[in-house]
Amino acid sequence: MSEPLSVSTPGPLLDIAELAKRFTVGGKQGLLARATSFRKPVAPLPQLYAVDEVSFTIARGETVGLVGESGCGKSTLVRLINRLLDPTSGSIRLAGTELADFKARAFAANPHRARIQMVFQDAGDSLNPRYTAADAIADPIRRLKKMPGAALAARVEALADMTGLPRELLSRFPHQLSGGQKARVGIARAIAVEPELLILDEPTAALDVSVQVVILQLLQQLKRELGMSYLFVSHDLNVVRLLCDRVLVMYLGKIVEQGPAAEVFADPRHPYTKALISAIPQADPAQRAGRLRLGGEPRSPIDPDPTVCRFYGRCPKGTPRCAEEMPILHPAGSARQVACHFAT
Amino acid sequence: MTAIPALAVEDLSVEFRTRSGVVKVLEHVGFSVDKGETVALVGESGSGKSVTAFAVMGILDAAGKVTSGRAMFGGSDLLALSERDLAEQRGRELSMIFQNPRTALNPIRRVGRQIADVLVRHGGATRNDAPQAAIAMLKKVRIPDPERRAEAYPFELSGGMCQRIMIAIALACRPALLIADEPTTGLDVTTQAVIMDLIGELAGESGMATIFITHDLALAAEYCDRIVVMHAGHIVEAAPGRALFDHARHPYSAKLLAATPGETVSLEALASIPGGLPDLRRPDLPPCRYSGRCERRTEACDQPLPQRIVGDHHVVACWNPL
Repeated sequence: MSEPLSVSTPGPLLDIAELAKRFTVGGKQGLLARATSFRKPVAPLPQLYAVDEVSFTIARGETVGLVGESGCGKSTLVRLINRLLDPTSGSIRLAGTELADFKARAFAANPHRARIQMVFQDAGDSLNPRYTAADAIADPIRRLKKMPGAALAARVEALADMTGLPRELLSRFPHQLSGGQKARVGIARAIAVEPELLILDEPTAALDVSVQVVILQLLQQLKRELGMSYLFVSHDLNVVRLLCDRVLVMYLGKIVEQGPAAEVFADPRHPYTKALISAIPQADPAQRAGRLRLGGEPRSPIDPDPTVCRFYGRCPKGTPRCAEEMPILHPAGSARQVACHFAT
Repeated sequence: MTAIPALAVEDLSVEFRTRSGVVKVLEHVGFSVDKGETVALVGESGSGKSVTAFAVMGILDAAGKVTSGRAMFGGSDLLALSERDLAEQRGRELSMIFQNPRTALNPIRRVGRQIADVLVRHGGATRNDAPQAAIAMLKKVRIPDPERRAEAYPFELSGGMCQRIMIAIALACRPALLIADEPTTGLDVTTQAVIMDLIGELAGESGMATIFITHDLALAAEYCDRIVVMHAGHIVEAAPGRALFDHARHPYSAKLLAATPGETVSLEALASIPGGLPDLRRPDLPPCRYSGRCERRTEACDQPLPQRIVGDHHVVACWNPL
């Protein structure tokens, strides 16, 4: 293998600072209209604030959970870190290397590509239907590392063993594999190039509970053996609680709360986190007391008012101050941060 | 109990003909739902939850065939009704919410009209007053700004809102029986909670019986009166939610609970279920389809399955219950 890209530096593995992504939304003003309107000045096009100046870190060997409802910017944030999308501003430092400067369209051939890999939500849809399991696992190695054929075949078999995929299934195509087996291929492919950071986007959402358990335990074991860090995106808060060391809660492009998973689940401080946790189904009626339900619809992410709390209007607290001053993420306790005027 | 069953499914068996043989998808399935009661059907993929619902609704795939059984509903057997009579019942008395609202709604018809269509066809509304009634339904499922949203197409609405439209269509004619097939899969937990509360409330108001299909045991326990656990086309256990969580009697139910992340403290404490579903095409399927995966298997398991009553409303189909 080529010379190492990462020198082991002190500090976090991943350091995200004031990362932002804004999308221009069309409106009625097309390019032509803008180009031909000489007389009146054109108003700037509306901007959708998908990720709005987000900062956080991931330590080596740490598992960080990212939760929040659909449309909150989780996927955009993941695509930015994974360098599939160019940020509007901000920095993405991986062990000291600034990745935000590389263009997303050229990143696939960048040697740093191997350092961040991803396991996708639906292994069935993310595998090439015309590639066998062995091809799928070998593909990133062929593209990113130079490896002679015999060594490659041995590496693919070793990866199959590591992920618990029986070797005789390596010659099969995705449609000949079960959901759990496809999930294993997706994981083997992602760890094939020895990434330092693995991004997991709902890796078990499509699986039955009994298969989910096996895959989660496999991920836990691989992390221990290979010393990777995980960014784990999920809707299933029970899974996040079990798998993650720390959790980030996102709401409309902003991180509204972060802290150690056990503490956040036991004692959520932000009203949105409270609502999220009280929405987890409970078999035990005693656990259902004092639950919080969210009314209303989320505020629009298009050109949001910078002085209004993003959660205002849905928040059960919602005071006049919340409509005049946006709360910033501030420390609350030793390792925790909350963005709410009323959380300490 | 003196409750009146709204739906009583008895001895339901369904087969699918495929190129590789006959698949016995359901075998001797029986359960009942009382008026105002919510019953959950739970189990892994391939356990026969959805096929049970489809058979009752008379919307089985053409390859599927009901080989035995009855589904008594309001004095008539749904499985024996002509397609025409059944179509009359569907929409009015029987209603269904499908898993994916985006594919179940008509993409090129405004959502208000889709609700109005049902009201005109089954609810006795006229074309003139149906739009107003549709807006009232939208209000009921708590869609903000219903007058404007009635004019929207499904692609303009979020997943949670499309699901609320589906519920509005399903409940428009106050059905006596609602079948909800994983109505909250793919929705956020916060939206899921709101949708489930809504179904529960509307069911309570009109005494509607509900069959709720899910693979989420905690969700079933929270919102349903009873839980029916299915495995490979058999009902293995039926019990009130709390009773099932406190003391599951069938080995499969216990394994399913042990695999569900809930109040568990660590990942290591979760256990998977060994083995897989048996091949339902085999002609020599054992009487207990779980026996191949079961740790409590004895010689008695080769006998036809028992229906043991082990508690109040608690039935288990096992010779060696826990």
